[in-house]
Amino acid sequence: MPNMNPHKTPMPSQEARARACNFDEVALGYTHDMAVSEAQRCLNCKNKPCVSACPVGIDIPAFIGCVAKDDLKGAYEVLARDTSLPAVCGRVCPQETQCECKCVRGIKGESVGIGRLERYVADWYRDNVSEPAVRAPRVGRRVAVVGAGPSGLTCAGDLAKLGYDVTIYEALHLPGGVLSYGIPEFRLPKRIVQHEIDALKELGVSIVLNAVIGKTLTVDELFDMGYEALFIGSGAGLPRFMNIPGESLKGVYSANEYLTRINLMKAYLPDSATPIKRSNRVAVVGGGNVAMDAARCAKRLGAQEVFIVYRRGMQELPARAEEVEHAQEEGVIFKTLCTPVEILGDADGNARAMRCVEMTLGEPDESGRRRPVVKEGSDFTLEVDTVIMSIGTSPNPLIRNTTPGLETNRHGCIVVRDDTGLTSREGVYAGGDAVTGAATVILAMGAGKNAARAIDEYLRQKRPS
Amino acid sequence: MFEIVKKAALNPTVSRMTVHAPLIARKAEPGQFVILRAKAESERIPLTVADYDREQGLVSIIYQIVGAGTMELDTLQQGDCLHDLLGPLGTPTHTEGLQKVCIVGGGVGCAIAYPVAKKLAVQGCEVHSVIGFRSRDLVILEDDFRRVSDVLRLMTDDGSYGEKGVVTVALESLIQAGNRYDEVIAIGPLVMMKFVCALTRKYGIKTIVSMNPIMIDGTGMCGGCRLTVGGETKFACVDGPDFDGHLVDFDEAMARGAMYRDFEAHAREAACRLYRKEGEAHA
Repeated sequence: MPNMNPHKTPMPSQEARARACNFDEVALGYTHDMAVSEAQRCLNCKNKPCVSACPVGIDIPAFIGCVAKDDLKGAYEVLARDTSLPAVCGRVCPQETQCECKCVRGIKGESVGIGRLERYVADWYRDNVSEPAVRAPRVGRRVAVVGAGPSGLTCAGDLAKLGYDVTIYEALHLPGGVLSYGIPEFRLPKRIVQHEIDALKELGVSIVLNAVIGKTLTVDELFDMGYEALFIGSGAGLPRFMNIPGESLKGVYSANEYLTRINLMKAYLPDSATPIKRSNRVAVVGGGNVAMDAARCAKRLGAQEVFIVYRRGMQELPARAEEVEHAQEEGVIFKTLCTPVEILGDADGNARAMRCVEMTLGEPDESGRRRPVVKEGSDFTLEVDTVIMSIGTSPNPLIRNTTPGLETNRHGCIVVRDDTGLTSREGVYAGGDAVTGAATVILAMGAGKNAARAIDEYLRQKRPS
Repeated sequence: MFEIVKKAALNPTVSRMTVHAPLIARKAEPGQFVILRAKAESERIPLTVADYDREQGLVSIIYQIVGAGTMELDTLQQGDCLHDLLGPLGTPTHTEGLQKVCIVGGGVGCAIAYPVAKKLAVQGCEVHSVIGFRSRDLVILEDDFRRVSDVLRLMTDDGSYGEKGVVTVALESLIQAGNRYDEVIAIGPLVMMKFVCALTRKYGIKTIVSMNPIMIDGTGMCGGCRLTVGGETKFACVDGPDFDGHLVDFDEAMARGAMYRDFEAHAREAACRLYRKEGEAHA
């Protein structure tokens, strides 16, 4: 008999005031009893609407069924069939717009806490099971993956499981991509990322760090080296700025720079060799998940007041509801329906304030969202010493400029034929933000997974070279 | 790992390291840079490639010991390895088709200017070089420059070696002597490049400068290295590091370069104490 409680089992978490002063993980994870009880809320629907809404197609009722029967190892094995990064997905996927929004329990109450259960199972497995990975028989063919972020790691993992010799080339000194440089420790502890990467290495994936494809090596050189197919998952690219006066003042960061200093370079630790500004009043411009991460980091670094400055309203914030709530609980102030027009500096070139205008929402634009319109005469000044621009990215030119025949669109994103990720070059597949522009970890993983399947089919039909 | 096969002091605060890095050596061109991390927890330091040997797979860097990061780097010796080395990054210096160029190098900037001068000389370009230092004991690469330059003017601020004066004095006298340069390529402290550009603007000579702003990833991701060039925002790592000097906002670049001065001063003091202690322990 299922558990008919209409509410999700709440996630234990650090109290807001305490957590706003540390970088420890906010959500603490279910206990065993909570997990089993939550799993029993699943109705095990025959048509599995949740699975169809999962970009990597995890058999959700099957893994939850295992948890309900207290077979956690079985649950992990179900997850592992379709995801290489369950501990990551359980933490950072926007389940509320994917699997959970299709959950039948959500019609009269709250959906099953699928993400929380996924996290529980992955964490339990990591802490309790240490079985050596079973390596698939080698097929003796080589595939290169560009970028060790979510799409590349997923593609590499799936290909390794099929017996391919996979090498990932990563530009930074650590693998993980956005999982390492972007998402903060308090949402995704780096030891968990490291553990998932170690698991891939056990499957036989090798990772070459400090290698920028397009500079250190080109796509064509990788083929010359004997790789028979390539997956490009090089990520989102260059941060955008607003092109307003004052963006070059000291104290103005892109969210990428701010987060990279904190997450990749550990600038929040007292003995870090990499500096970051210790701010008092911070404005984060933008309303996505990256903006929430930057705002919550600023709070943890000791800022007295942190503002999210967003040109549309609270309803239109692109960030996950959970991230917005967490930020609000931690004291981040939302200044919606306004946008900066200038950053003002002091005599030494430090940012001291941001001149903003208020907005109203007009008719919907091509994205279907209501277009913000400036309210005349509504100028006001927000005193801040730090401004973090979190308004998106534009694709990195390094690969497209050095790969003849690789088609890109007018934005500079790599063009793929279909959801296999095949590009205009034979044997070259691509996925993740390099194709879609900035999106989510799980969509990138889905693209990596589809490409792995397509690369396998391609290589089966192609004679070994 | 990237083994240091050779290390030598060029003057009391400037050293050269030659590192085994075959992939980088295969591709590196004058004007490009690498990013290194000395040890597992070190900061990322961008340094311009000073030389390369494609056959032996070696890349040389020349660095001035100015802060905690370069002090730590300088603790590594021949036989040790750099923890990370990434490159070659940035766009190579444009040298094609140039017939007559004046290279202006200032201080440790000469380390970056030298490979450009050498490449131009190999291409058959007439190379005039003006290199400037604060004083005699800081002079580096004099013989190297002499080998590749048709004219060499060596300047010191205090007159302790070569001619007394700043580089712009020598550059202006060369221009006034009737030399018609296709380009001036100026590499050195921001303030030097700013004054070189002010001078060449007067004479209408195209001037290329090599910018070295604060940078983290070096691949375009962080945007920390942004500059205003001709009113537009450019990233030194992917759009540069070479830019048309007459379009660069040097004052802004100087202000941005000082962003972490307090942090750096503290880190430097701490590093001084640390390495002095280690030095004593080894002594």
